[in-house]
Amino acid sequence: MSLDKATVSHIAKLARIKLADDRQDVLADELNSILGWVEQLSAVDTGDTPPLANVTGHDLPEREDVVNDGDIAARVLANAPDPIDAFFAVPKVIE
Amino acid sequence: MTGSAMIITGATGDWEVVIGLEVHAQVLSAAKLFSGAATSFGAAPNQQVSLVDAAMPGMLPVINKHCVAQAVRTGLGINAKINLVSVFDRKNYFYADLPQGYQISQFTQPIVGEGEIEILLADGSSKSIGIERLHLEQDAGKLMHDQHPAKSVVDLNRSGVALMEIVSKPDLRSPEEAGAYVTKLRSIMRYLQTCDGNMEQGSLRADANVSVRRPGDPLGTRCEIKNVNSIKFLMQAIDYEARRQVELIEDGGSVDQETRLFDANSGTTRTMRSKEDAHDYRYFPDPDLLPLVITPEQVAAIKADLPELPDVKKARLVTDYGVSEIDATILTEERETARFYEIASHGRDGKLVANWLISELFGLLNKAGRSLADSPVLPENLGGLIDLISDGTISGRIAKDVFAEMFESGEEAAAIVDAKGLKQVSDSAAIEPLINAVIAANADKLAEYKAGKDKLFGFFVGQVMKQSGGKANPQMVNQLLRQKLDA
Repeated sequence: MSLDKATVSHIAKLARIKLADDRQDVLADELNSILGWVEQLSAVDTGDTPPLANVTGHDLPEREDVVNDGDIAARVLANAPDPIDAFFAVPKVIE
Repeated sequence: MTGSAMIITGATGDWEVVIGLEVHAQVLSAAKLFSGAATSFGAAPNQQVSLVDAAMPGMLPVINKHCVAQAVRTGLGINAKINLVSVFDRKNYFYADLPQGYQISQFTQPIVGEGEIEILLADGSSKSIGIERLHLEQDAGKLMHDQHPAKSVVDLNRSGVALMEIVSKPDLRSPEEAGAYVTKLRSIMRYLQTCDGNMEQGSLRADANVSVRRPGDPLGTRCEIKNVNSIKFLMQAIDYEARRQVELIEDGGSVDQETRLFDANSGTTRTMRSKEDAHDYRYFPDPDLLPLVITPEQVAAIKADLPELPDVKKARLVTDYGVSEIDATILTEERETARFYEIASHGRDGKLVANWLISELFGLLNKAGRSLADSPVLPENLGGLIDLISDGTISGRIAKDVFAEMFESGEEAAAIVDAKGLKQVSDSAAIEPLINAVIAANADKLAEYKAGKDKLFGFFVGQVMKQSGGKANPQMVNQLLRQKLDA
């Protein structure tokens, strides 16, 4: 697998990262070397190995259907740069 | 193929419409899917938000096991395969109502696989609609645009609430079928108590994938109409969109696969601007959540606890109470209606009770803008009225007046009949004098009748009934009049 400059630019756009033009080739090289390193795994024959998602031996922790959180609007909004009343406010995004 | 498929006759021939629906149903639960914040509708802004829902760094999701059970329950209700192992994935996109920058959803391994439901169409036929999958996911927050001239404001109360996304196969062929499908799905979930189905409050919303093709051709390019929040609008949106596509193709154009919005004011659909990159979601398994594993025993326990569902209940009403298919469908669409009916008809004439419930009570409730849940007439009291009709205490005509009075006052039928002296008169000694008086007062009509004008019989019946204040037993009046006039 190999990334070209256009793909890097697309990924940057999706991630909302501003990327100068002259950085794109450099990043493509760096990302390709990371991908190449990970790709070594495909040399292992996993034909008879079931997929593994969990090495901890734990099960997914669960909660009861009980309301025990919330009512903390002030804390939730504490970092909001420009709240209006108890709302977050963002530049107008309308369809 | 049933007769309910929509065929659009264009300038160049016939077009068939193909529809698949994605229904988002809010899970009925007290707390959210991965946090302990409340889910109730109408709270003050950002009041039902935990630090998990606000995506504060370091917060971890912990799954609400009731929401999992609700998804399994719904899966069983739509005759679907339950997947004992399912996986939560991150669906990545940026939007102001999504603080995490991704939605936790299920992509390759949903909790519920293929199923099917039966829909009933207006011509009385039914059709089986395939279901592709049902998966659990988080709802996003809510954006509002009218609070400030330059800003949109965000309320995260809905953020993290559990949704079931239910995806149909492209088996629907008309707006009518799409409407019937959503109606049936809603009815099933209300019976199951897994979703309240309240479309005005947004707890049930639908996206429609619409395409057109020549009958028998492969599928055409589809457009997705997002977030329609009523069945009426859904049907309008599909109708408009299908005609738009036919017109476009016949004018030499082609349909672009795109996301569109329905505008309820104009009844049209239009392109959604900001979604060009939106389909690149870069799904990957959420590293914060282990696979969701449920046991066959848990599924069996949920199955054992399922209520009687609409199709089974409908069949039972037809067999046990002798009501028609159509009446049975009306009576079983809502669980509450079926419950009301079964109490009212217990030990009584099922057809008669169905008639009174559907035409009379629903009529009055509609007029008063009330629902069956706050009906002033209780099911036992409707039953009491039916008893008085069945044993001849009151006539059908008087029964309507009594019923109107019951609806006003909430009183029992027997009490009203007693208080107003409305008992039907079936005593010939009481009816005969009325007949004699009517005949005496209408000597001219009597002569005409004797001369062969048979139709006047109805006139005499009417006069006698009027004299009795509607209380005379109509069969008795008929019988006694025949004896007198034809003597």
